[in-house]
Amino acid sequence: MGAKDIIAWLIPLFPFAGWLLLGLLGKYFKGYAGILASVFIVISFIFSSILFFIVSYTHGFTTTLYPWVYAASFRTGVSAVIDRLSVVMLVMVTGVSAIVHIYSIGYMQGDKGFARYFSFLNLFVFSMIMLVISNNLLLLYVFWEAVGFCSYILIGFWYEKKSAVDAGKKAFIVNRVGDFGFAIGIFLLFITTGTLNYETIFTMIPSIPSITVTAIALLLFAGAVGKSAQFPLHVWLPDAMEGPTPVSALIHAATMVTAGVYMIARFHVIFSYSQFASEVVLTIGTFTAFLAAFIALTQFDIKRIIAYSTISQLGYMFMAVGIGSYTAGIFHLISHAVFKGLLFLTAGSVMHGLSGELDLRKMGGLYSKMKITAVTFIVGGLALSGIPPFSGFFSKDAILADVYNKGFYFAWIIGEITALMTAFYIFRLIFVAFFGESNVDPKVHVHESPKIMTIPMVILALFALIIGFLGIPPFNKSVFYSFLHVAFKNAYNFAPFTNNAPWYILSLISVLAGLLGIFIAYLLYIKKAVNPEKIKNIFKPVYALSYNKVYIDEIYNFIIVRPVLGFSNFLWKVIDALIIDGAVNGVASSFAFFSTKTRKIQNGMLMSYVLTLTIGVAALLFYFFIR
Amino acid sequence: MSVNGYLIVASIIFCIGALGVLMRKNLIVVFMSLELMFNAANLGLVAVSSYLNLIDGDIFVIFVMVVAAAEAAIALGIAVAFYREKGTVDIDKANELKL
Repeated sequence: MGAKDIIAWLIPLFPFAGWLLLGLLGKYFKGYAGILASVFIVISFIFSSILFFIVSYTHGFTTTLYPWVYAASFRTGVSAVIDRLSVVMLVMVTGVSAIVHIYSIGYMQGDKGFARYFSFLNLFVFSMIMLVISNNLLLLYVFWEAVGFCSYILIGFWYEKKSAVDAGKKAFIVNRVGDFGFAIGIFLLFITTGTLNYETIFTMIPSIPSITVTAIALLLFAGAVGKSAQFPLHVWLPDAMEGPTPVSALIHAATMVTAGVYMIARFHVIFSYSQFASEVVLTIGTFTAFLAAFIALTQFDIKRIIAYSTISQLGYMFMAVGIGSYTAGIFHLISHAVFKGLLFLTAGSVMHGLSGELDLRKMGGLYSKMKITAVTFIVGGLALSGIPPFSGFFSKDAILADVYNKGFYFAWIIGEITALMTAFYIFRLIFVAFFGESNVDPKVHVHESPKIMTIPMVILALFALIIGFLGIPPFNKSVFYSFLHVAFKNAYNFAPFTNNAPWYILSLISVLAGLLGIFIAYLLYIKKAVNPEKIKNIFKPVYALSYNKVYIDEIYNFIIVRPVLGFSNFLWKVIDALIIDGAVNGVASSFAFFSTKTRKIQNGMLMSYVLTLTIGVAALLFYFFIR
Repeated sequence: MSVNGYLIVASIIFCIGALGVLMRKNLIVVFMSLELMFNAANLGLVAVSSYLNLIDGDIFVIFVMVVAAAEAAIALGIAVAFYREKGTVDIDKANELKL
């Protein structure tokens, strides 16, 4: 092993060590558990940055820690692929994790599961790093499930709360649906190619019948739909907000939910050789982006608004990878991780300042009382709305420009409408929560969060401001594109550029859409030019549809949950309790019946035993003689 | 004298012993009847052994007598323990071995 291999394996080692240390001996660290965990992640981040520069100035490499399954021609080890795609992801994952860890020290202060929280968080970071660097599908699947498990235990972190436990279970079960498809996809890939190593698979893909490639791609995409909360499996993500807010920031905004996008970018060869599968990805992404933004318009729970916004932004990323613009998708993934992590951390700060209040109707006028939180939140909101020079502008625009220039006009129109709705709902939140008159419960003492929480927020806000400049100059000349596009050189160019619309016109349209959304929110909630209640009454059915989340939970309840419960009840009460238990109990009670009859023979009288014995011997002798 | 006479006597003694075991209530008497049955069997064995000019039966009898002596010690020990427990040697009082 050379120096760079050791650096590559040190990155996952530190979170792993942190998990073991805090998991086994957490209670001895008391309040220092958070600092210890954060230090480990920061070290991991430093190594990731070093690796980033090594790979930038040399080239990618593959390194094997140890051979895992070496059987005949099937060779799968614990090995990592370190290329430009994975180092970008590594820096993002460890960087956002480090910031969230530091923030958590303040946010989780005094929680009785303090050490447990940080050990789970470290386990999550370890799993996510391994997911990013694994170079074969077996390892990928293991850590794909591991991050899902971490998400489950962290959503249900406050396990005394029934809603949190239910949300954790929902996340786990909904993910099962997608992961089932993912597993079948891996099996199919293995049957077709006989290997699970990325490199070998990618060289074989062009020679595989396109129908098989399509089937594999769609099955793998099923896993991405579950993990990245796309329609129809998006229902778990809003409920996942029951977990601690830093968990929402790290797992349910920045890292784990983007694993689906990363997976498609990593398997770009498979997806680009199946135009149909890519079109499915585009369709699902576009529809989800629109649907989630539509639901977010009318919600009142601030974390849920941001959660729906995450689903919507993930939809944009899937649009990008669905048209073969993998770098644009990853660029939005990175910038989204920063500004959405920021929005969640600031939302957590608002909760902290209001003693856990999440309802938008009980906020208002918070700007004067928590200035840092308000300013950083607005930075996040501007980035989300795609207003220059914030990062969201560059990354979302890169996607929408590619969508337009590759000729997917319908998706482009939906994307622009979604951008408008996005700007509206996030500024509705900002205007109602931070400005206007206060509806805060007078008993609550509103206060700014401690420095340990505000400094991470400010750092993320700075990044949300500057990271977008990686996206200039526009299109294929940008810094980010020229860095990353070599990672996708093997992709089949199934969707070539058909238009050559200049970037400034497309950007102008997007910015106008964003500004229009902000302006509408301004009219409704600051100027109060029109009473929102009036608009609500005009569009009553549409409002109800959005407010009730398009009734998707209810539909699932009706067509899936109820029949499953009914069938399970049938299995329990009829098959199990009546037939199986009945058979077992019947055997037992028939034995009991005969035993009570025959035990009369044993009466304790010695003479009767002797008599029986004598009669028996006499009978045997008699039989012996007459034989 | 044929072996039949010995065997008839042995059978009679054996039946007396068996009936004694079955019908008497006193533990000591039951035990004595049991000894009668042993000795009837011994008588049969030595009779047949001498009739067939073999030594096997005689050796077997020696063994039976040794075992019977050992068993007598245990049986009398049981009788003493039983008497201490119940204050009697009436065999009908030994009726606790049941559900």
